[in-house]
Amino acid sequence: MAAATSAPRRLSLKRKYAMLTRGLGWETTYQPMDKVYPFDRFEGIVIHDWDGWEDPFRLTVDAYWKYQAEKERKLYAVMDSVAQNNGQLGITDARYLNAVKLFLTGVTPLEYAAHRGFAHAGRHLRGVGARIAAQMQSLDELRHAQTQIHTLSHYNKYFDGLHDFAHMHDRVWYLSVPKSFFDDALTAGPFEFVTAISFSFEYVLTNLLFVPFMSGAAFNGDMATVTFGFSAQSDESRHMTLGLEVVKFMLEQDPANVPIVQRWLDKWFWRGYRLLSLVSAMMDYMLPKRVMSWAEAWEMYFEESGGALFADLERYGIRPPKHHDVAKKEKSRLSHEVWTILYNYTHAAAFHTWVPSDDEMQWLSSKYPDTFDRLYRPRYRMWREAAARGERFYNDALPQLCNVCQIPMAFTEPDDPTKIAFRESIWRGERFHFCSDGCKDIFDDEPEKMSQSWLPVHQIFQGNCGGASIEDVLRYYHLNIGADNLDYEGSPEQELWDAWTADRRTAR
Amino acid sequence: MNVSITLQNTGDARAIIEAIAADNPSAKIQSFPAMVKIDCASRLVIQRRTVEEKVGRAWDLQELHLSLVSLSGNIEEDDDAFVIAWR
Repeated sequence: MAAATSAPRRLSLKRKYAMLTRGLGWETTYQPMDKVYPFDRFEGIVIHDWDGWEDPFRLTVDAYWKYQAEKERKLYAVMDSVAQNNGQLGITDARYLNAVKLFLTGVTPLEYAAHRGFAHAGRHLRGVGARIAAQMQSLDELRHAQTQIHTLSHYNKYFDGLHDFAHMHDRVWYLSVPKSFFDDALTAGPFEFVTAISFSFEYVLTNLLFVPFMSGAAFNGDMATVTFGFSAQSDESRHMTLGLEVVKFMLEQDPANVPIVQRWLDKWFWRGYRLLSLVSAMMDYMLPKRVMSWAEAWEMYFEESGGALFADLERYGIRPPKHHDVAKKEKSRLSHEVWTILYNYTHAAAFHTWVPSDDEMQWLSSKYPDTFDRLYRPRYRMWREAAARGERFYNDALPQLCNVCQIPMAFTEPDDPTKIAFRESIWRGERFHFCSDGCKDIFDDEPEKMSQSWLPVHQIFQGNCGGASIEDVLRYYHLNIGADNLDYEGSPEQELWDAWTADRRTAR
Repeated sequence: MNVSITLQNTGDARAIIEAIAADNPSAKIQSFPAMVKIDCASRLVIQRRTVEEKVGRAWDLQELHLSLVSLSGNIEEDDDAFVIAWR
């Protein structure tokens, strides 16, 4: 070329990425590769050629640091702004913060667990491209945990239930739902782990948590949560493509991988879906101003996007995950059933609940015309009347838990929303209980692993959780009794919020 | 089968959204609080040159990472275009 200059030509993106992922790896000679990578064979996944791996996001290390640093600068500018400008006053209503409490105690520790899991996968996958993607994701997840803790620490200055999230995550009954989900993934092999988290959870399901819920946070004036949420989510798109790439890569490498991958997709779809039932309650009940219902989000992000995804994977012999039809049947009742559980046990939770107001019930009725007025409104009316008489119902019996998802057994039969579903299996002479066919299938497939679940109710009865009374257990959880738990109505938080916003109400 | 991309509703992302609308006649753009979801029938392309015209400066396609919320479809990325498609 005539116009050649002295400046070196920049490498193309493809070339740069190829040099990073092909140029930096080598076959070891002092030790056999199988000893260097001892964990990537036992799951049965057969890989013939790691060079077949092609990460679609060709992010090199220099670009990674540059863009991540830019994301952090933007996020920290907002965090300073929230703190300096009393961002806590901008939220629509203090009830909203209860969703944030669930997020900090339930989700943020999972980000940290993901950091650990991807550090492991980033060490133990044999292919360089896969290792680099997993290592970047490990750093991303640590960033998510840190920025969430840092951002939400602002709310901890004013509101209850946020003070000891890590301690609670390892102990509190409803938090063993997310904890056990991730413990199951972390104790799997590297291929199952990446399939579980990057594909089933991040590609197929987390859109439901991070997209409509974060949009809901924005709609409710929570600048802090939207900002860390979307900052995290901007990494998530990269994780999603890693998930899709790892699944396609395994399927392309050997036909023997197909049934193994299908079994993982079945398992992790159902585990992730059950975990997200908590999000359904956050979306339908905890956002004072609502963007979309759980059912609408499920249709948009699972039935539509997930439908297209599984149609694309059909050419490899993959079918949609087992029991996705059950999830569809449950979409008009899931959030109501979960809210019912939470309302029953609010005296033992580090957040508040309430009976929805008349306006909120109107919204729920319009979004769930087939179920709400018939099945749930009468229940709320009864509870509201009981509370007005001074007989607010708290359930003092410890619930039977599903041995797999660990949610109290309150979900209903796929074809009868008035009848609680019970499933059981007997293994080595012991009986195990499940909320659904999906959870039972997971147990039956891996009984040796799943029979070891740390079930909060069993642990309380065995005397491992601080004592025999509810108060003993709450102290073991580090709950501030009378502040963190019980109804929003009458809570110290409500009193504080009402005092802050008294001017606004009288001004109207 | 639709492909889809969700971007933040920010100043940076506005030029990308405009470029997608210009280069993808089938784009269906939905606004939500803090975010914009764009669906296209089977294929969606982001052209570096179109975004550069909208922002009036050199724009690296990987700057997309700063605005991205979610996507659905297989992606193909090089220096000039970012494509989301099924198959």
